[in-house]
Amino acid sequence: MSRYKMHLLVCGGTGCRSSESDLIVENLKKVLQEKGLDGDAQVVQTGCFGFCEQGPIVKVLPDNTFYTSVKPSDAEGIIAEHVLKGRKVERLLYKDPKQQTVVSDSKHMEFYQKQIRIALRNCGFIDPENIDEYIARDGYAALAKVLEEMTPEAAIDLLKKSGLRGRGGGGFPTGLKWELAHKNKAGQKYVVCNADEGDPGAFMDRSILEGDPHSVIEAMAICGYCIGATKGMVYIRAEYPLAIQRLKIALNQARDYGLLGNSILGSKHSFDIELRYGAGAFVCGEETALIHSMEGQRGEPTVKPPFPAESGYLGKPTNVNNVETFANIPAIYLRGAEWFLSIGTAKSKGTKVFALAGKINNVGLIEVPMGITLREVIYEIGGGIKDGKKFKAVQTGGPSGGCLTEKDLDTPIDFDNLLAVGSMMGSGGMIVMDENDCMVSVAKFYLDFTVEESCGKCAPCRVGNKRLYELLNKITNGKGTEEDLEQLRNMSVVIKDTALCGLGQTSPNPVLSTMENFADEYAAHIHDQHCPSGQCKALRQYFILSEKCVGCTACSKVCPSEAISGEKRQAHLIDQIKCIRCGACMEKCKFSAIIIPSTKI
Amino acid sequence: MNKIKSLSDLRKIKQDVENRLDLREKSDNPERHVQIKVAMATCGIASGAREVMNAFIEKIAQDKLDAIVTQTGCMGYCHAEPTVEIRKPGEEPIVYGHVDVEKAVAIVDKYIKQGELLEGIIPVNYQTV
Ligand SMILES: Cc1cc2nc3c(=O)[nH]c(=O)nc-3n(C[C@H](O)[C@H](O)[C@H](O)COP(=O)(O)O)c2cc1C
Repeated sequence: MSRYKMHLLVCGGTGCRSSESDLIVENLKKVLQEKGLDGDAQVVQTGCFGFCEQGPIVKVLPDNTFYTSVKPSDAEGIIAEHVLKGRKVERLLYKDPKQQTVVSDSKHMEFYQKQIRIALRNCGFIDPENIDEYIARDGYAALAKVLEEMTPEAAIDLLKKSGLRGRGGGGFPTGLKWELAHKNKAGQKYVVCNADEGDPGAFMDRSILEGDPHSVIEAMAICGYCIGATKGMVYIRAEYPLAIQRLKIALNQARDYGLLGNSILGSKHSFDIELRYGAGAFVCGEETALIHSMEGQRGEPTVKPPFPAESGYLGKPTNVNNVETFANIPAIYLRGAEWFLSIGTAKSKGTKVFALAGKINNVGLIEVPMGITLREVIYEIGGGIKDGKKFKAVQTGGPSGGCLTEKDLDTPIDFDNLLAVGSMMGSGGMIVMDENDCMVSVAKFYLDFTVEESCGKCAPCRVGNKRLYELLNKITNGKGTEEDLEQLRNMSVVIKDTALCGLGQTSPNPVLSTMENFADEYAAHIHDQHCPSGQCKALRQYFILSEKCVGCTACSKVCPSEAISGEKRQAHLIDQIKCIRCGACMEKCKFSAIIIPSTKI
Repeated sequence: MNKIKSLSDLRKIKQDVENRLDLREKSDNPERHVQIKVAMATCGIASGAREVMNAFIEKIAQDKLDAIVTQTGCMGYCHAEPTVEIRKPGEEPIVYGHVDVEKAVAIVDKYIKQGELLEGIIPVNYQTV
């Protein structure tokens, strides 16, 4: 029997695939064959390793060598050196951004040290297109155990005890939700997996479905048994083609093994899952809008109650859970409620997956225990702020969340703590901002998103958010007044109080939290017509440092509005009135003589 | 494809496929297992390191031992190749020189299983890569 001495795991997530990781797999296989080593090393395309900053990633086992930014042409070198001679390919190894030292294996990377992987337990470990690899990792054993050994009531009870709360944003206790659907005795019921994932920059759910689709399928089948449903649906955005493809493969494999279909695992429970495609509207992630969209109606929310557990898809009791929520569930049944309770904080158990983005060294996908601090996430796992810049804020909770500052960095992350400091957990987006980010513009960015994504059904959201956006726009153009600030605040409160669904009820949060934490930035825009970070184009000023300017005239030649004057070999000057703030002069200057001053001149 | 009809069916499949992931599982917590590192630089390969490595892998699979076999670059003992470093969990590593297939089997049987030191130990005065 052939036994592989080595496994070469290649990331096959959407990010790495867009940098040709498919070709890396192909080349690795080809070179192995050419050298007669295909019996020695196995090439496996896995889901996401999370370290997207420096993808494509190739991880070599058993020594856990972690190669970053691999190109298809590196396949030859990896095999000739590493597989054949046991020498690591130095130039592809990861370099710690803080220490500037080479870290050759993932076990010693700070990025991975504080992570605990439950929902992502198989991502980057198994081949997601191979059900056997999932089974080898105890896959479907939770389903078998629940079907053979537990009544639905006992199974729901265990989930309630575990303290699992929904990962889609609301943090509702999952066991309780299942119990509500279970108690409802109306005939046909439905299990729905919410894979809409509309937060800008978020890719937690996509990565789970791409890297470990069976974990979600298994959990949905368990849910079906518990609440008494035979039909499941995954509502997934059509913009996730790879996740859809892997889900389809997984569904077929599960059916072939009899893990979906009639009489699953010889029991009386029958369950199957179909896919429903969303067109990528943010509001369709809201569960009532999602259900309407699945029914073929407009993707608009309706007032709750009735909750989906009472009247959902086609008016039947429907249990909606998020992808990550489901992915946790098989592990909980296998390892027990006590185990899950041992991880996390008093009221938030287990872990949370975050998509770490923005001005941070290690952009990527992470899973951390609840209770870890923002500081640990940003400075240890995230490797600190890019280019040695200063940290300014971290945004959590996407368009519904808020911006937190230095003073909040030691807050242990959980559902309740984040709310208490003025943000929220949300579904797991985490965007880090540095000194060069303008917080008024950040608020405007989110409002732009909300205005775009509002379904228009209720006036507070449709009209109110538009007004908020206009006011923010006015301020970033230097035309804002003190009254505008007052109006921003008042209107935000009204929108929150009166909007129909979660979208409008939370959309003013980015405005309120930036006004609270960055009042001086708003004031600078309004009173001094100045943007301290230099991001607001209308307020930007370019200035020539006379001591650095050599009078080469390059800037005045490139200036399209003839705003720069000065004699040859003499310091030049910018006429602020003629200047159209295009920045061409600054780009052209070879002497770093042109700057954007951080205080008003 | 045969349908899985019960938990015990599932366990059977698991047993059949488990060894495929064996290497991956062990790599995930290398410090919990006996680690065997075979020096596979040019000098090592020339003196038979590849055969030695295969011998370790086979022997470990046969005896179902909790160990992983990795390769390293040159350890700087070209005169004594093939060289093999054995690190048991929580113990200092030991390096054996002039290892051949027979010696590999002996190392597993005597040193790894019973903790008996064999001849041919090279004093360790280097950092592993
Ligand atoms: C505007 C809006 C967008 C939402 N988008 C998502 C989403 O993309 N994915 C998701 O799982 N939940 C989303 N939710 C939350 C869902 O309404 C629902 O609470 C969730 O799917 C329940 O699953 P959970 O209990 O497992 O978290 C959104 C809610 C709102 C108000």
